[in-house]
Amino acid sequence: MMTENSHTPSPAERLKACSGVDVQLCYQCGKCTAGCAMAPEMDLPPSFLVRLLQTGSPAAYRRVLESRSIWLCVGCEQCIGRCPKEVDIPRLIDCLRSEAQKEGCVSPEASDIIKFHKSFLGSVKRNGRLGELDLVVEYKLRTLHLFQDVDVAPGMLAKGKLPLIPERIKGKREIDEIFKKSNA
Amino acid sequence: MSKIGVFICHCGENISATVDCARVAQAAAEMEGVAYATDYKYMCSEPGQQLIRQAIREHNLDGVVVGSCSPRMHEPTFRRACAEAGLNPYLCEIANLREHCSWVHEKGEATTQKAIDIVQGLVEKVRRNQPLTPIRVPVTKKALVIGGGIAGIQAALDIANCGHRVILVEKEPSIGGHMAQLSETFPTLDCSQCILTPRMVEVAQHPNITLYTYAEVESVEGFIGNFKATIRLKAKSVDEKKCTGCGLCTTKCPNKKIPGEFNEGLGTRTAIYVPFPQAVPNKPVIDKEHCNYYQKGKCRVCEKFCPTGAITFDQPDQFITEEVGAIVVTTGFRVLPTSFFPEYGYGRYKDVITGIQFERLASASGPTMGEIRRPSDGTVPKKVVFIACCGSRDPAKGIPYCSKICCMYTAKHAMLYQHKVHDGESTVFYMDIRAGGKNYEEFVRRAIEEDKVNYVRGRVARVYERADGKLVVRGVDTLLGAQQVEIEADMVVLATAGVANPGAEELAQKLHISYDPYHFFAEAHPKLRPVETNTAGIYLAGACQAPKDIPETVATASGAAAKVVSLLSQDDLVREPLVAVVNRCAPPVYSTCVGCFLCQTACPYQAIEREEIKDRQGRVIKTVAKVNPGLCQGCGTCVSFCRSKAIDIQGYSNEQMYAEVNALLNHE
Repeated sequence: MMTENSHTPSPAERLKACSGVDVQLCYQCGKCTAGCAMAPEMDLPPSFLVRLLQTGSPAAYRRVLESRSIWLCVGCEQCIGRCPKEVDIPRLIDCLRSEAQKEGCVSPEASDIIKFHKSFLGSVKRNGRLGELDLVVEYKLRTLHLFQDVDVAPGMLAKGKLPLIPERIKGKREIDEIFKKSNA
Repeated sequence: MSKIGVFICHCGENISATVDCARVAQAAAEMEGVAYATDYKYMCSEPGQQLIRQAIREHNLDGVVVGSCSPRMHEPTFRRACAEAGLNPYLCEIANLREHCSWVHEKGEATTQKAIDIVQGLVEKVRRNQPLTPIRVPVTKKALVIGGGIAGIQAALDIANCGHRVILVEKEPSIGGHMAQLSETFPTLDCSQCILTPRMVEVAQHPNITLYTYAEVESVEGFIGNFKATIRLKAKSVDEKKCTGCGLCTTKCPNKKIPGEFNEGLGTRTAIYVPFPQAVPNKPVIDKEHCNYYQKGKCRVCEKFCPTGAITFDQPDQFITEEVGAIVVTTGFRVLPTSFFPEYGYGRYKDVITGIQFERLASASGPTMGEIRRPSDGTVPKKVVFIACCGSRDPAKGIPYCSKICCMYTAKHAMLYQHKVHDGESTVFYMDIRAGGKNYEEFVRRAIEEDKVNYVRGRVARVYERADGKLVVRGVDTLLGAQQVEIEADMVVLATAGVANPGAEELAQKLHISYDPYHFFAEAHPKLRPVETNTAGIYLAGACQAPKDIPETVATASGAAAKVVSLLSQDDLVREPLVAVVNRCAPPVYSTCVGCFLCQTACPYQAIEREEIKDRQGRVIKTVAKVNPGLCQGCGTCVSFCRSKAIDIQGYSNEQMYAEVNALLNHE
């Protein structure tokens, strides 16, 4: 059983300040979940996730932070594209991800996903853009999934999709500036 | 020897596809009493009607049978055509060859034969028809409005402003009804009293309106245009002419702890009282049940203090009779008694209140001057739970229908609470949000989005008091996968269902109007005649039909007023002469009525009177039945009850009907 309304501190207010999204706008029509490509994989489908946030209860908030869903979202923005009330779920999820990391309650099932994000950003930081091989190497080192998907590598190499030396961009300094500003 | 014309219509192919119309006409021409018969493709068209008119003139016809569609469709058309040719319209009859024959049978010999039989029946009837003239009934140009809530006020003002006189009867000491009790109104948050009280004053001052408060309709007799209503004026114990409304008596009355009806029991009043400061008329009445003098025989304090000597004890109720042409019923509704759901603790916990009690708390004229305070200890509640559908949509314990207004007033209550208690938290338990109406959905969303009202979808199982004295509401959030929810509450507001008034059934029987299983008055047609009853001349408006919000109530009131005004704008009403008559072969002596008056007991419309037949010296020979043609609806019940066969319906006499049926049966 859950007790509602015991409200210090209010996660809803914190979330609203971070994301600028008012979850109370949602009237639970379910259109976001209906169209979500990842919903079948999610433990909390998008509309349910928003409903949990609407209650304002710390237990419900914790449940959202610990969920797999916030890490499974691919940010395709189909949900907000269709939402009649323009509730920006992807933006909400961005904030929830950083909150989950701050609170140290990231779903254990999300660790590979986070490692992928880190490898992706690491490659961009080094080269100014994504270097495919660069990404693959860092991801495998982080996760130790050494043989995952290796069967596709020859084909990609043959088609020139996996350049051995990553391409660097001219404006590398500006990219560095961006990373510095966002403290990453 | 009669000269009847028979006109068979093909109705395009509707009749001719299965019936041989030419043969029906041929057969008709040979029937006894028929002087002319023909068929035509569209008898109702202008050339078709011209055919009938011409035949009447050329052949000097004294009766017409049109074999065509249902008489409900074109009887008026053909009767008008006959009248234009100089024939009494009631000598024209319709043989229904379409609905009763061609549409329901295959093409064939038997179908044509049935058509011939139907025509034969009508020919036999028309041979016995008598010319009739429509009945003209004068109209009393005055209306009676029963109930002085916003519906009655609106209807009375609309009728009065059209120049007709109105009698407005209200059973309480003041007009205003439920609307006077409300705080603000959705979806605009207009102050209810600010928009209502000017209209109440307008009613009191209108030269065309006679207002009777503290009065009830005792009985109604008569019929459209000519009703006679007896009204009971309950004794107020205060002479209205002498009373100046100074209010001194109400301050001196020693009996001060009576729960006030206007404040729904949240405030008190005295035994001599004005229901609320803005009452119309603003003069007190004595509530006999709580008055020391009436109960114990002594006190009379008010009498001693009254500066004008207006207190008049021991007056009897008065009865007055008013003649009116039309009646509008606007008796409104009440909220369901809370005993229907003991699990919510109403009556057991002081801080569980009804929606209408919350209105009084939020109203500037209420017991707390508009501050939201708990009835138990007068503190400001910091957590309020609103429970929607209390009794509504609950066929097992409450009522199966949706009370319609609760979604909106609950949103308004939560909103008003948030406006008045800034650090307060409000939660609404709902099943669905039904906010159909101009700006209604936006209003509910405003409560949720701007005023931060917490809406939880699910019903409440029970409200209970915890050991520490806090109320706890246990419900469910079905949007969280049916998770149980418990919320502490300082106050709980129940959106109780709207139901019919206790006296509704009795009033309906007095007025001879129909009502539904919930005792709401029934309209003549739910869509196309929404403010009329099945009884001509009696109209409905407002929540006595079903729970209605203020805009809808006012709209129906103005609609009913328009109906009344169109009735009262006529000098007299024309009615079909198809009424019962008592046979009097050679009046006055030979009435075949034996005076048993079984008909009088059978008549559902009180249309049968007693008539004394006298000889030339004025001695009564016998007392017989007489039908009032204004009241008679032509139902024929009296005809079947009459033992001496002395009553007939004009146009449908026993002789005519037997002739018609015999003609149908008498062929080989």
